[in-house]
Amino acid sequence: MSEILVKERDIVIPGEALAEGLDYLPGDNTYRENNQIYSKVLGLVNISGRVLKITPLAGPYVLKVGDKIIAKVIDIAMSGWRVDTNTAYSAMLNVKDASMRFIKKEEDLSKILAIGDHVVVKIINVTSQNLIDVTMKEPGLHKISGGRIVKINSQKVPRVIGKQGSMISLIKTKTACEITVGQNGLVWITGTPEGEFLAERAIKLVEEKSHLEGLTDKIEKFLGGN
Amino acid sequence: MVYRKRFDGRTDEELRPMEVKANVIPNAAGSASFKIGKTWAIAAVYGPRELYPKFLQDPKKGLLRCHYNMLPFSGSGERMRPGTSRRGQEIAMVMTKALEPVVDLSAFPNAVVDVFVELPQTDAGTRCAAISAASIALAEAGIPMKDMVSAVAVGKVDNKIVADLDYMEEHVDEFNPESKGQPVSDIPIAVIHNTKELTLLQMDGEISKDDLLSALRLGQKAIEQIYQLQKKALKERFVKE
Repeated sequence: MSEILVKERDIVIPGEALAEGLDYLPGDNTYRENNQIYSKVLGLVNISGRVLKITPLAGPYVLKVGDKIIAKVIDIAMSGWRVDTNTAYSAMLNVKDASMRFIKKEEDLSKILAIGDHVVVKIINVTSQNLIDVTMKEPGLHKISGGRIVKINSQKVPRVIGKQGSMISLIKTKTACEITVGQNGLVWITGTPEGEFLAERAIKLVEEKSHLEGLTDKIEKFLGGN
Repeated sequence: MVYRKRFDGRTDEELRPMEVKANVIPNAAGSASFKIGKTWAIAAVYGPRELYPKFLQDPKKGLLRCHYNMLPFSGSGERMRPGTSRRGQEIAMVMTKALEPVVDLSAFPNAVVDVFVELPQTDAGTRCAAISAASIALAEAGIPMKDMVSAVAVGKVDNKIVADLDYMEEHVDEFNPESKGQPVSDIPIAVIHNTKELTLLQMDGEISKDDLLSALRLGQKAIEQIYQLQKKALKERFVKE
């Protein structure tokens, strides 16, 4: 006899039993022990058919191939740049992935990207030891100049972007700012000083109230009142 | 002296009044405040982040590192020497060992998760409060964990087996040198909730085998209350307004 012990979108804590019996399958962030499925993180229950998953409510950003992130150059090596990814692991940006144009062997790499510069990059490889390669060789990936960088919880990034980008385009149009959201929780805002300030506050508000319903309306009201 | 009634009028298995809250330190990845009677522990979790010095790095899994510190004014009011002490280091070590079995850091090789526990006020049972607080803070930080760890002290005061001893009870035999009673035994335990496994078991004093076993049974019962409060604190954190 199998039985689900929780409901969809319930908040569960680590070690909380989700289901009994072998008819259900442990998905992401769960584990099975002694005929029971338990949660492994603090999060929301997600039941899809027979698979039980937990969507974490907090937690570190897990590096994924294909994610667009904002990183900071922290060191220059022989064949590229080391960039800080706002996680426990730094990434390597190789010369051959840095630019569309050919970079000659004897060129001064610090003239292209200096230490302290921010870049929008895409993750192209992650190893088991979390060694990371990133690229800047695609449209939309570039060095950042001007504007401001805001740090948010990486788990809140999907809420800041919204369904089909609804939240972010709302903030963009209301504040007339250009905004790039990195999956690692860094957000780059550029526009007029007032617009940047407003956009930063709106993003912080989304982060704070992310678990509430009707968030887009709240943000629209917040931005409309100014 | 025969210890018939507890100093603060509690029943044998009754814990001191507790107040548990998650997310008390916004800067940290996760944090918690755990008050039990006059003992108060605040835990903050940072990381996973890069681990230095490099020789501490483990390429197979992340490291869990605990810090335990009593504030200088935390005890009776007599100023204590601030900073780390031998006692603090030992407690940090037993805390790490109590929490390690549930925390899964295999996804974070070479990194570290730091747990800081500060105690603004103490009245015995600090390592238990620290472990209970740290467990909430780790969960709130989104660190993968098999289960929660809850901790409480049990012991024998004179002829009575009790849960959650306070400072007065721990020191009955010292406060009354005339007493011909048995020495107090104080046994802090930490328990993994689902499996009921002990991850911390220490003792001061003396106790017989039978008494130890009944004290542990009492502890397992008392610890359920702490677990329920930990669970409530974590869920409350996300259901606001």
